[in-house]
Amino acid sequence: MKLDVTYHRHDVVIVGAGIAGLYAALKTSGAVDTAVVSKVYPTRSHSGAAQGGCAGSLGNAMEDRWEWHLYDTVRGSDYLGDQDAQELLVRDAVPVMYEMEHLGVPFSRTAEGKIAQRPFGGHFGNFGKTPMSRSCYAADRTGHAQLHTLFEQCLKHEVRFYNEFFALSLLMKDGVCQGLVAWDIQHGGLHIFHAKAVMLATGGYARCWKITSNALANTGDGLALILSQGLPLEDMEFVQFHPTGLWKHGILVSEAARGEGGYLINDKGERYMERYAKAKMELAPRDVCSRAGQTEIDEGRGIGGKDYVYLDLRHLGRAAILEKLPQVRELGIKFMGKDMITDPIPIQPTAHYSMGGIPTNLDTEVLADGKRNVVPGLYASGECACLSVHGANRLGTNSTLECAVFGRLGGLKMLDYVRAHGGHTDLAENAAEPARETVEHLLSTAGATGSVRPADLRERLQVSMQKNVAVFRNADGLAEQVKICRELRDEYKRVGLQDGSLRMNTELNEALELGHMLDYAYVIAVCAQARPECRGAHWRVDHPGRNDQEWLKHTLAWLAEEKIRLDYKPVTITRFQPEERKY
Amino acid sequence: MQRTLRVYRFDGQPGSQPHYDTFTVEVEDAWTVLDALNAIKWHQDGTLSYRRSCRHGICGSCAMTINGKNDLACEKQVSTIKGVIVVEPLKGFPVLRDLVVDNDAFLEKVQRVRPWLVTHSAPPTDKERLQSPEDRKLLDGTWECILCGACTSSCPAFWDNDQFVGPAALLKAYRYVADSRDEGLDERLSVLDSKLGVWRCHTIFNCQEACPKSLNPTEAIVKLRRRLISEKL
Repeated sequence: MKLDVTYHRHDVVIVGAGIAGLYAALKTSGAVDTAVVSKVYPTRSHSGAAQGGCAGSLGNAMEDRWEWHLYDTVRGSDYLGDQDAQELLVRDAVPVMYEMEHLGVPFSRTAEGKIAQRPFGGHFGNFGKTPMSRSCYAADRTGHAQLHTLFEQCLKHEVRFYNEFFALSLLMKDGVCQGLVAWDIQHGGLHIFHAKAVMLATGGYARCWKITSNALANTGDGLALILSQGLPLEDMEFVQFHPTGLWKHGILVSEAARGEGGYLINDKGERYMERYAKAKMELAPRDVCSRAGQTEIDEGRGIGGKDYVYLDLRHLGRAAILEKLPQVRELGIKFMGKDMITDPIPIQPTAHYSMGGIPTNLDTEVLADGKRNVVPGLYASGECACLSVHGANRLGTNSTLECAVFGRLGGLKMLDYVRAHGGHTDLAENAAEPARETVEHLLSTAGATGSVRPADLRERLQVSMQKNVAVFRNADGLAEQVKICRELRDEYKRVGLQDGSLRMNTELNEALELGHMLDYAYVIAVCAQARPECRGAHWRVDHPGRNDQEWLKHTLAWLAEEKIRLDYKPVTITRFQPEERKY
Repeated sequence: MQRTLRVYRFDGQPGSQPHYDTFTVEVEDAWTVLDALNAIKWHQDGTLSYRRSCRHGICGSCAMTINGKNDLACEKQVSTIKGVIVVEPLKGFPVLRDLVVDNDAFLEKVQRVRPWLVTHSAPPTDKERLQSPEDRKLLDGTWECILCGACTSSCPAFWDNDQFVGPAALLKAYRYVADSRDEGLDERLSVLDSKLGVWRCHTIFNCQEACPKSLNPTEAIVKLRRRLISEKL
């Protein structure tokens, strides 16, 4: 089989059509020729699943200041966030929120007609002292509202969309990014996208856990593209477990449920957060609440001794639940058969958000050495990127904010870059390699005997990551996981398909995604093994306490020929010195 | 518990005929139809093709016809279906392969109604536009649409004439027409006020019944008609 190759040329090509990718596209379209390549139709992107809101110190509900938002974000990150990036995030939050409103986002409103704001975990006033309503929301479908509005604006501005195209490899020459190669999922065939600037906005990657809030599409494709170029990833050990995933499904129940006053309850009927965060209770940050819930479960105080606790909203009353948490209620009814108006619902921690990712500078340019030197023409933004604004733990409502602020900024920076540089640089003759080889090989396995099924390998990866690299971690479990990742990577060489066809071959997608997952999951396990401390979402029970003396630094990891090389870089600290984190 | 699924198959090749395959799946508690399809794909027949992503009813990828009714596979609990589970692609849309339909024409119609905020005045600097909670409430039941296509695929007026812009596009149009911030009705008139626009709807309410998000496109269409008439008076 020799696959067809189709050639396209654009000034800017963005991979991924969530909030970050679309906001970037909106900023470059009109000025330069812009295309978005996405493996799902844009409105299917997982940004649309964001529920509770988007943070910004608008002060619509009570006095607020960006300095307070910054303090909360720094402390929430367990001091691993880079404070220059965090300051940019919280300062830009205000104008970007207004811009999103101007674009048409249907935010809920205050009595005066301003954007409505609600409380959220980890967000406080007056440097951690008083309650705060900072989350701008559209009922409990905020991400959906933002995603659809941005997509509609992109349609208005005639962005060229390549929907259902799977990114396979970056095109690089002399250290400069020239575009990418993608697979046309609907029709089959390889496509070269020749570009002056490329942005990776491929989203989160928690699909390598068994219990996860992430969509089936969240397989870290952008990260794998980076690793395969010999470029590093940053802080991959930091993956947030959200405390309220629907039991067994892992589906997210928004933190808005706690923001609006919901309780976390154990088998004895206790609000167990009293023992873990006496002052802030259920409004403590996610890492704190997840460890609390997991501890209750591990110590036998899950409901009926099982592996779940309760989220209880009954005291909020019917009217508040229907008005402010309609989707959350719908999820309880549809997936657990429980109406939150009359019943508590079973929840457990669920792999949710990836703080680490592709290292970039403040202009969203990808860092070739993870530190200072950029890859000209290559950008990353949103959950796949690591600036780092979330450090070791992200605060609720700072994620869609990051996507909006840095997607938008990245778009503006790409525009500057494209305008400052000349035409497209010449591509190598064999530009479609090695993407062609990968796809042709997988297709050629169809029907072969003795091969390994992608679904079986994936299941083993997810189950083992859940066992060894979840809320609580230790040296033995991490060593086991590193070994398992190596074995699975070895077995992946024998992976085989049943489907050898070109059109809508979703088994091919799944096999490619599995390859990506095996790359970055291996990196996660090794990075977690190498960090003997407890910081944010990375909790080593065998190394209690945060160790600022030795570990107040970012991890960088390269993958080459089955070996992972690690390096570290300092954290940028401007205003707030690390102190004990108490809630 | 064992359940039987009868699944529509079509390889998308010119000249080939669709057929049905029957699978038996060991179903666990609280499984959805999507879980059952995944079990088939992952452990029995890797060639089965369907779209899916979020698996909790917000991305709109997995709309299909399940025992004759349009639904999201990821939300439809297996336990609510008696007997054989029959899974087919959305009616009225060209089938690309198995349960995957070609959405391009459907989405192009959504685009035709100019689904974006149209304003002629500049927004305030460093502030939001104001919108009263009452005005904002008029949008409820419109902006939650996930563009899954279940409504348009269930619409007899669309089956009769596939040039009809259809309930999803009209609901989207209403989302903006009803927005107190929007000034774009005139731009949308040629599409809305036409034989293939709001006047094509026969108020059969299939769309409302099919919507997995409990939205009511027919009601939106009726409101658009009232608005168009009041503009003319």
